[in-house]
Amino acid sequence: MTLSPQLEARFQKILSSYPKGRERSAVIPMLMYAQDEIGSITRELVEEVAKRTGIQPLQVDEVIGYYSMMHRKPLGKYHVQVCTNISCLLVGGEELYEHACKKLGIGHKEVTEDGQISLEEVECMGACSWAPAVQVNYDFHHFVTPEKLDRLIEDLRKVKGT
Amino acid sequence: MPLYNEPSPLEVRVLSKRFLLPNSASIDTYLANEGYQAWRKAVGMTQDEIINEVKASNLRGRGGAGFPTGMKWSFVPRNSPKPKYIMVNADESEPGTCKDRVLMEFDPHQLIEGMMIAGLAVGSQAGYIYIRGEYRYLIDIMDKAIDEAYARGWLGDNIQGTGVKFEVRTHTGAGAYECGEESALLESFEGKRGVPRIRPPFPAVAGAYQCPTVLNNVETYCSVPSIILMGGASWAALGTPKNGGTRLFCLSGHINKPGVYELPMGFNLMRMINEVGGGMRGGKKLKAVIPGGSSCPVLKADECDVAMDYDSVAAIKSMLGSGGVVVMDEDTCMVKAALRIMKFYAHESCGWCIPCREGTTWLRKVLSRFHDGMGRRDEIDMIGDLSKSILGRTFCPLGDAAAMPTIAFVEKFRDDFEAHLDGKPCPYENASQLVMA
Repeated sequence: MTLSPQLEARFQKILSSYPKGRERSAVIPMLMYAQDEIGSITRELVEEVAKRTGIQPLQVDEVIGYYSMMHRKPLGKYHVQVCTNISCLLVGGEELYEHACKKLGIGHKEVTEDGQISLEEVECMGACSWAPAVQVNYDFHHFVTPEKLDRLIEDLRKVKGT
Repeated sequence: MPLYNEPSPLEVRVLSKRFLLPNSASIDTYLANEGYQAWRKAVGMTQDEIINEVKASNLRGRGGAGFPTGMKWSFVPRNSPKPKYIMVNADESEPGTCKDRVLMEFDPHQLIEGMMIAGLAVGSQAGYIYIRGEYRYLIDIMDKAIDEAYARGWLGDNIQGTGVKFEVRTHTGAGAYECGEESALLESFEGKRGVPRIRPPFPAVAGAYQCPTVLNNVETYCSVPSIILMGGASWAALGTPKNGGTRLFCLSGHINKPGVYELPMGFNLMRMINEVGGGMRGGKKLKAVIPGGSSCPVLKADECDVAMDYDSVAAIKSMLGSGGVVVMDEDTCMVKAALRIMKFYAHESCGWCIPCREGTTWLRKVLSRFHDGMGRRDEIDMIGDLSKSILGRTFCPLGDAAAMPTIAFVEKFRDDFEAHLDGKPCPYENASQLVMA
């Protein structure tokens, strides 16, 4: 599998972070950073990671099945994650999630037709004191109202045109 | 303002003392404000002297369990021929908790220095920071701080010419609450599914790669530099007996000024709600508080006149936990709160232990049916009984974390459960008008 120079450098850095003979520790970081660039975890990537860490592809597969941030199918370019756990729930997180479903016309773990935006109802993301919270890819948004979410989504749609 | 919420005048800033400085995350700001001075002091101390100072501070684990940190460090075998590791649990995922985020974002070097001192105390030359996958921006902040520390000779083979070696790396998680449990975190760190290990042996003896490992929460390590600089006894005196120092409390829910605030251990919970948190939103009545993250049994309003330290909260059969204080007003449906929390545990159960895997899913289904008005009177006790049969029957505390709050919801708010019987819709559903932030 051919990697971009950035991803190749990232893989090298990750592999060098662990003691000799402990390359398996690199599996999860490699999958995460590669997924960010490629868009999902492909068969090719599983085999590449297995080869570089000296384990069987099956051992990589069993890891992917466990972690909620790992995806075998591409998400939207912008992955909108709305927290509805207790602290967010108390201040409107659930209503915010329902609003997002209507606004985007998609549900939990679905992607818009143009592949631009996906939606997920997520568990606590660590923004409880600034709830309700939304994460778009890795960016946090705090004290989100339905109006604020509308603007956010419209901004994401605009980026698409450029 | 660099912080996410206004500071409170009642705060006692020890760990967060640099948060308000310009460029607080940079090594220059850190060095100009006592940064790495604690390590300088510690490098002239023996291993026992460092550990005794930490013991004297009465620092207890800030991840939630509250285990005395100095004692944990003393369990690491000195004569082991294996390498030893300093592992940071930055997998902050306990619902209600968002303090490790600000500690890493606004003062990353404090965490590095805390790890370095732990390294001196147990004879370790390498540390890893296991950061939850969702906190990618914090991984970038920590990586930058680590690079700065190497460039300025505060990490590496020969730190500041002392001959001491210490390396630090970050490690990303990938979305799993269970990996905040220490043995599951170690499995995940080794590139596997995050299922818990049987203990003993504890990580101090057989942790990362089966080598002796100190595993503490971010805030625990961040407390160490000030302990060394102030002296353990002075640091302990900030808190209450056996509960040293300050901690970061994360106030959330139905209060006027939610936020992360650093307060002395033992700070009264009602004062925390009314004086630090600005009181109840909309002048509503207080109904309940989850005192330390979703795993902790809920407190009724009349139980909230309590000192927020491990022992005082334990005395009223709850836990201080991770410092996540979730405040709920009179319009909150406790069946719904219990259901949302159970939905979380059912989602996050790793499936390794059957009582947890099956029990949380079963409870989620029963609570969901209850909230829809389809509950039966005899099932109210069943919810409690089912929870009790998870307690103590799992490898890791996730099963207990799901069961304990559920038992408390049923025992303390039985009326709310009884109000959902015989096809009656949730009495709170229309009563509570949505209040947006």
